[in-house]
Amino acid sequence: MNYWPLLAVVVVVVGFMRRWNPVLVVMAAALTAGLTADMSPQRLLTEIGEGFAKNRYLLIIILTLPVLGALERAGLREHAQQWIARRKGLTPGRLMTLYLAVRQSAAAMGLTSLGGHPQTVRPLLAPMAEGAARAVHGAIGPKLRERLRAMAAATDNVGLFFGEDIFIAFGAVLLIQGLYAENGIVMEPLHIALWGIPTAILAFAIHAWRLHRFDKRMAKAVNDEKSAGDPADD
Amino acid sequence: MIDIGTVYLLCGIYLAYVAWQSFHDKNHSKRLGTTAFWALLAIAFLAGGRLPPMLMGILALMIAGLAGSGAIGLGQYHAPTPETRAIKAQRLGNRLFIPALLIPAVTLLGVFGLKHVHWGSWTLLSTEQTTIICLAISCAAGFTAALRMTGERLPDAIHASRGILDSIGWAVLLPLLLAMLGGLFNKAGIGDLVATMLTTALPLQEAWVAVLAYGLGMVLFTMVMGNAFAAFPVMTLGIGLPVLVHQHGADPAALAAIGMLTGYCGTLLTPMAANFNIVPVALLELKDQNAVIRMQVMTALPLIACNLVLLYMLALP
Repeated sequence: MNYWPLLAVVVVVVGFMRRWNPVLVVMAAALTAGLTADMSPQRLLTEIGEGFAKNRYLLIIILTLPVLGALERAGLREHAQQWIARRKGLTPGRLMTLYLAVRQSAAAMGLTSLGGHPQTVRPLLAPMAEGAARAVHGAIGPKLRERLRAMAAATDNVGLFFGEDIFIAFGAVLLIQGLYAENGIVMEPLHIALWGIPTAILAFAIHAWRLHRFDKRMAKAVNDEKSAGDPADD
Repeated sequence: MIDIGTVYLLCGIYLAYVAWQSFHDKNHSKRLGTTAFWALLAIAFLAGGRLPPMLMGILALMIAGLAGSGAIGLGQYHAPTPETRAIKAQRLGNRLFIPALLIPAVTLLGVFGLKHVHWGSWTLLSTEQTTIICLAISCAAGFTAALRMTGERLPDAIHASRGILDSIGWAVLLPLLLAMLGGLFNKAGIGDLVATMLTTALPLQEAWVAVLAYGLGMVLFTMVMGNAFAAFPVMTLGIGLPVLVHQHGADPAALAAIGMLTGYCGTLLTPMAANFNIVPVALLELKDQNAVIRMQVMTALPLIACNLVLLYMLALP
């Protein structure tokens, strides 16, 4: 058996650990995989070209950017912050828990493109979380703002991942059904999807608990920042 | 009929416009490199389906080369001052949310409504990748609404979007390249190699060892491939079916569903899942490349543990 293609996995792992430019790491891994699997250069180029052309739909998200561009010029992010700051008692953690619940249930109904980092996190959730933090804690420093934004992105991911698998027509469920059917086990998509529910509930519980703690740690961090006399920018 | 080709055409025209603006951006820090990058990407969208695959491969290498060598920089995007933005926000108020919310609303409408519009055998939307097509339509609707409502000029809006694109930079390409790499890994037979190594090295006759190997194998392999879908067939055909189902009598439905979600935990932990973990770092202008992954670690690890217990208790008889 030819074990050399595993070298491509090594390239990926080492490249990401050493923090080389990810684009170069991926291209190096692609060339390594192709050449160690005894593909001719022409065949390798063809594979790369076909893979590239077939997966162009992954870049479709760029079409949301002109909408964001127009709205951000007109102050969308500023308005989102003010709007949320008027909602009393809405801490960043509670806001994100609410978002998590909506995102996860929508994804479970198959509405995965209802949210996303360019569609909802950058224009709405992240500025709203910042607005809520400012309403609760006053001005926040750049470090806290960075954590807040990262948490907003993470919350979107968790909601999407652990909601979509419950939807019976989602790719994962169909992939499972198809793979089993090929191997002589026939089952209904609903039967597979139901088994995703326990994990979905646990994912919500764990992340919501973390958001709850995030609020508390944030309050503490704001106090520390203030007592340390850090200039909170804003 | 509107199909994915129409959507690619739209993307291509948009990118070509971005390249044109970049070329005329005299204050751009890396004018030519940035122009070349967006222009080549525009060509990949406009001509992609018709180019011979080998030529497309060369084009892909050139685009990746530009992205990887730091040829993309920041320019001048005619951004309004914070004061102007605050005044506009004051004036427009909640109406600003409407175009942003139009994107999900129109996508929804498309998926449930437009999909069924047909005239005899002619359908309005192609039946393949319908959600993507609907997303593109909703972006066009949102953009039209945003321009009308805010009174911004189209070139200015594109300038602003070009600012976001330039700051995302090479990361915009990563999801596409990783998907391409996944396909290549399959062709090179890497999945089978990993499964063979796992089954020969571990004492899988113990049920709990097999559960651990399957669950953690899903996590690790997902982290390397950046995608649970790539890991799932390998682990399930390598360990899941032959060992857990046939030897230990596990329920295949529970095994697969929980196993797949264990793989999803791996997606939360890897920079290889670029569109979820790296693109938002650029999109939200974060400094730490791994900021989003760091936030996800403490959700993913307990969830992996829970899933292993669920696998053991629910899937095994």
